[in-house]
Amino acid sequence: MNRIPCPHCGERDLEEFYYGGDATVQRPSMDDGSLERWHDFVYLRDNPRGPHSELWYHSSGCRRWFKLTRDTLNHQILAADQKEPETVTGDNVGDSNV
Amino acid sequence: MKYNFAAIVKQALNGQRGWPRAWRSATPKAHYDVIIIGGGGHGLAAAYYLAKNHGITNVAVLEKGWIGGGNAGRNTTIVRSNYELQDNSRFYEHSLKLWEELSTELNFNTMFSQRGAMIVAQNDGSVDYLLKRGNAMRLQGIDAQWLSPDEVRKELSGVYSDENARLPIYGGLMQRRGGTARHDAMIWGYARAASALGIDIIENCEVTDFVLQGEKVLGVQTTRGKILSGATALSVAGHSGHLAAKAGIRLPLESHLLQAFVTEPVKPLLDTVAVFSGLELYISQSDKGGLVFGGELDGYNSYSQRGSFSRSRDIMKAAATYFPMMSRLKVLRQWAGVVDMTMDGSPIMHCGPLDNLYINAGWCYGGFKGTPAAGWCLAHSIAENELHPLSKGFSLDRFKSGKTIDEPGTGPVPNAH
Repeated sequence: MNRIPCPHCGERDLEEFYYGGDATVQRPSMDDGSLERWHDFVYLRDNPRGPHSELWYHSSGCRRWFKLTRDTLNHQILAADQKEPETVTGDNVGDSNV
Repeated sequence: MKYNFAAIVKQALNGQRGWPRAWRSATPKAHYDVIIIGGGGHGLAAAYYLAKNHGITNVAVLEKGWIGGGNAGRNTTIVRSNYELQDNSRFYEHSLKLWEELSTELNFNTMFSQRGAMIVAQNDGSVDYLLKRGNAMRLQGIDAQWLSPDEVRKELSGVYSDENARLPIYGGLMQRRGGTARHDAMIWGYARAASALGIDIIENCEVTDFVLQGEKVLGVQTTRGKILSGATALSVAGHSGHLAAKAGIRLPLESHLLQAFVTEPVKPLLDTVAVFSGLELYISQSDKGGLVFGGELDGYNSYSQRGSFSRSRDIMKAAATYFPMMSRLKVLRQWAGVVDMTMDGSPIMHCGPLDNLYINAGWCYGGFKGTPAAGWCLAHSIAENELHPLSKGFSLDRFKSGKTIDEPGTGPVPNAH
């Protein structure tokens, strides 16, 4: 895989991007006391062999997060979502100055 | 047939026509006491030790491709036990001790060469860290030796020597008992030895689903029919998450790509294994003369077995930085293996979470050196239905209890280990 289609800037070299991981994990609310749910959020991943919804950050470009659906078997990009992913507005991917 | 000098002479007189196949090609039976999914080094070693240590021989090893065609053929063959944390160092030290006897044990020359494995420090921080790591190793009875910058340069002929370089050499942590082995010999040796003890090795047999009854695993569905078993072990490296999902299990790991390269053969240059901590690079020279090297993960989830160009370039850059003469060498081969990176960078060995299921996964890039001990401990788990003392810390429970085994201390980010 060598090129990533940034929904804002167009197709750019992979090196310009930072990988933010699985976009489907949902952070529990801060007052959620369930160890089970926090454990699942922090550690467990579906790790699919096929289409994978994931977060990317265009660190050397527009500096915006976006969501990509990519096939993990052949690296084909199936969809790029222009909308700022809601997972990012929580803090599970940390400071956006990665 | 035992491999020895008399056999070589006899077969030479016979025109080399009498060598038997190294292992039987078995057809699947309807039921086994134990099924091991995955005919990699770990699965075959587990089958061998089940027969050897525990007397359990009604065992099938199911391999979707052919023996030696997965990660056993996609690694850089480095063996070492230079870990800091006790759960890791105890385990890998046991593995290293098994490696030392493996050729005799299997009656197959694994070409294990204890040429030393060294981590090179390239700033003050890494000197402090590696000294601490070396002391931790010595306290646990594992050999470790600190080398000065001059001693490092003496060990690594051809390494750059510019003291004003951006990443100068500050010293090195050497484990003399570390080294390399021949990857094919290891897996062929285990396959042959296991087969000789009555284990069925079934190639071209892909597991497509589990046969479940409530919380109990009764067997597997395969491309060669349904096979039932008393115990089922999962030992499929990069495909652990994918296969576990078929039993409704989510694991704390992601599948990533790790690339490696081999150059054209050159005369003897490097007689040790070197790992550089500045620009990530590990390198050794094979017995054929090729320089075998690799670096960081590609960094995104993938099952493709194909690396990206930007990472290839980073690793080549590191190689040419540390060994300037390498910029003139041609790369003959490049490959990417699918590695199952866990959330803390340490392996998973677990009895359960379903009844009759045993998980051996998450070996990140430590799978090759860990093969003998992983097989040893997995066989113990299956035979005794509890984890071997050496693999107790690797249980899935550690993620809930907070006792993660995070060597570099990078937190739950699989691509950062």
